Amino acid sequence: MHYAQTEVYAEDPKEQVLHLERKEDDSAGEESASAADRILRMETQNLSVYYQEVRGVDRVDMPVYADRVTALIGPSGCGKTTFLRSLNRMHDLTKGARVTGKALLDGKDIYAPGQDPILVRRKIGMVFQKPNPFPTMSIYDNVSSGLRLAGIRKRSILDEAVEYSLTHAALWNEVKDRLKSHAFSLSGGQQQRLCIARALAVEPEVILMDEPTSSLDPKGTASIEELITMLKEEVTIIMVTHNMHQAMRISDYTAFFYLGSLIEFGRTKQIFTHPREEKTEEYVGGQFG
Amino acid sequence: MTLKTRYLRDRIVVSLLASMTALVVIPLCVIIAYVGINGIGALSWDFFTEELGSPARAMQGRPTGLAHSIVGTLIIDSLAVCMAAPVGIGTGILLSEFPDHPVNPILRVLTSTLNGMPAVLMGMLAFSLVVKPMGRFSALAGSFALALVMLPIIARAVEGVLNITPWSIREAGLALGLPRWRVTLSMVLPAAKRGVVTGVLIAFARAAGEAAPLLFTSFGNNYMNTNILKPMDTLPQRLYSLAISPYRQWHSMGWAAGIVLMIIVLASFAAARLLSRESAGLHIKSDRSKKPESNKEV
Repeated sequence: MHYAQTEVYAEDPKEQVLHLERKEDDSAGEESASAADRILRMETQNLSVYYQEVRGVDRVDMPVYADRVTALIGPSGCGKTTFLRSLNRMHDLTKGARVTGKALLDGKDIYAPGQDPILVRRKIGMVFQKPNPFPTMSIYDNVSSGLRLAGIRKRSILDEAVEYSLTHAALWNEVKDRLKSHAFSLSGGQQQRLCIARALAVEPEVILMDEPTSSLDPKGTASIEELITMLKEEVTIIMVTHNMHQAMRISDYTAFFYLGSLIEFGRTKQIFTHPREEKTEEYVGGQFG
Repeated sequence: MTLKTRYLRDRIVVSLLASMTALVVIPLCVIIAYVGINGIGALSWDFFTEELGSPARAMQGRPTGLAHSIVGTLIIDSLAVCMAAPVGIGTGILLSEFPDHPVNPILRVLTSTLNGMPAVLMGMLAFSLVVKPMGRFSALAGSFALALVMLPIIARAVEGVLNITPWSIREAGLALGLPRWRVTLSMVLPAAKRGVVTGVLIAFARAAGEAAPLLFTSFGNNYMNTNILKPMDTLPQRLYSLAISPYRQWHSMGWAAGIVLMIIVLASFAAARLLSRESAGLHIKSDRSKKPESNKEV
């Protein structure tokens, strides 16, 4: 496993704005981002996920940089979705699933005793493979549900949050005149953007996306990809994708998983042009997958 | 195997299934027709407006009817639904949404036992728990007995319908940082609304036809009573006592009571289906029509 470990970050989350000498070769020269580019939002340390006694994810150490898109790629069954779901404690609900190691959000381990999974999920939202708007709710209610059901009743706050989230999910103009209509009246791509808006409404720091375009047609896929590129200004995105071209198009960092292990992590360009590991080269070169 | 034999086999299986279905439907139609033919003559304006009174009324040809039994049935059955639905739905939720809860094994045994228990025993239970302490028969005790009949049916139905509600709805709610109970009440239950309503109705229909649990609880009454703390009449129980009475007129009134009972059950089915269709029903259907896929990878 090789990810450029040139940065040294402090234990204190406040000092986590890292100052690093950018001498690592994976920046491929032309990435002109400054040192402040690399703020660590999340990090896993020795993270393993087990189903019963089967280890689905094997001791992964991986950084997640703030306001960047990190793509998780790898063949089916390589553990990338399992890894993703362990990042907001979604596995707490899977019977027989167990996590060891650490997953830090802003320096704090989300698996530490006393950490409430509900609060963890407020900060780390999730968008799923298939659009899953709440079937009984209108567009407005879907977007505001996270706030409303957490006890926020004030209409003005909800209205504002709905407009903000839908605007940032690039859906506002299409639905602003029919906020009361049913969520299922939207197309697949629109439904997925609605789900992104719903996740945005609770103002998370990180959004996990599990193959967010795999059930969409090319048009819907394009709209989501465009949206993700815009969204990273506001929120850190970790995305599982089966589509290597998609990872190339929209991610800043790419992690290649194989058989439950993180084989290689680096800047997307580096992973796809100069992979360090043979396995990565074979995979991105299309030799298996 | 040739194509021809495959078609032949297909046709054999389909016709076999059709005849099985007919075997079930025919007795049902016969019963409905028989009740209808025998009872229709006794259905008159008086039947719905007058109370039964003493046998003398019928013998002297004075107006007599079952208004008091119809009213009593509606009161006792709705009271029973009010008692059983919250408890039954709650039990179903616990069994389905919190499968690891420590009380669940006991709950499962209790609901299966209750489900298999003869209805007359529910009456006995209600007798010792409600009638004895109160010192008299009452509609309330009858409702309690019927609630015991409904309870396991509702619990099982709710558990079943929640189990087939797409998991993605729960994930969506939980990913928003909402607690499990909130997700269950605000997302899962509304999505399963139609199935829950159907479950309650099936329980209602089953209990509405029961006479045994009411024999020594609501007891019966020949006159109109709307006080739930006093004995009250119900259609199934009245049907029974009319059927074993020695008067011809009462016999046909018994058949008519059967018609009314069927209509009450069918009407409440229709009404509840209509009410629950509006928001949830249609959409959960479209959601379920797509095959659920596993999001899990190992």
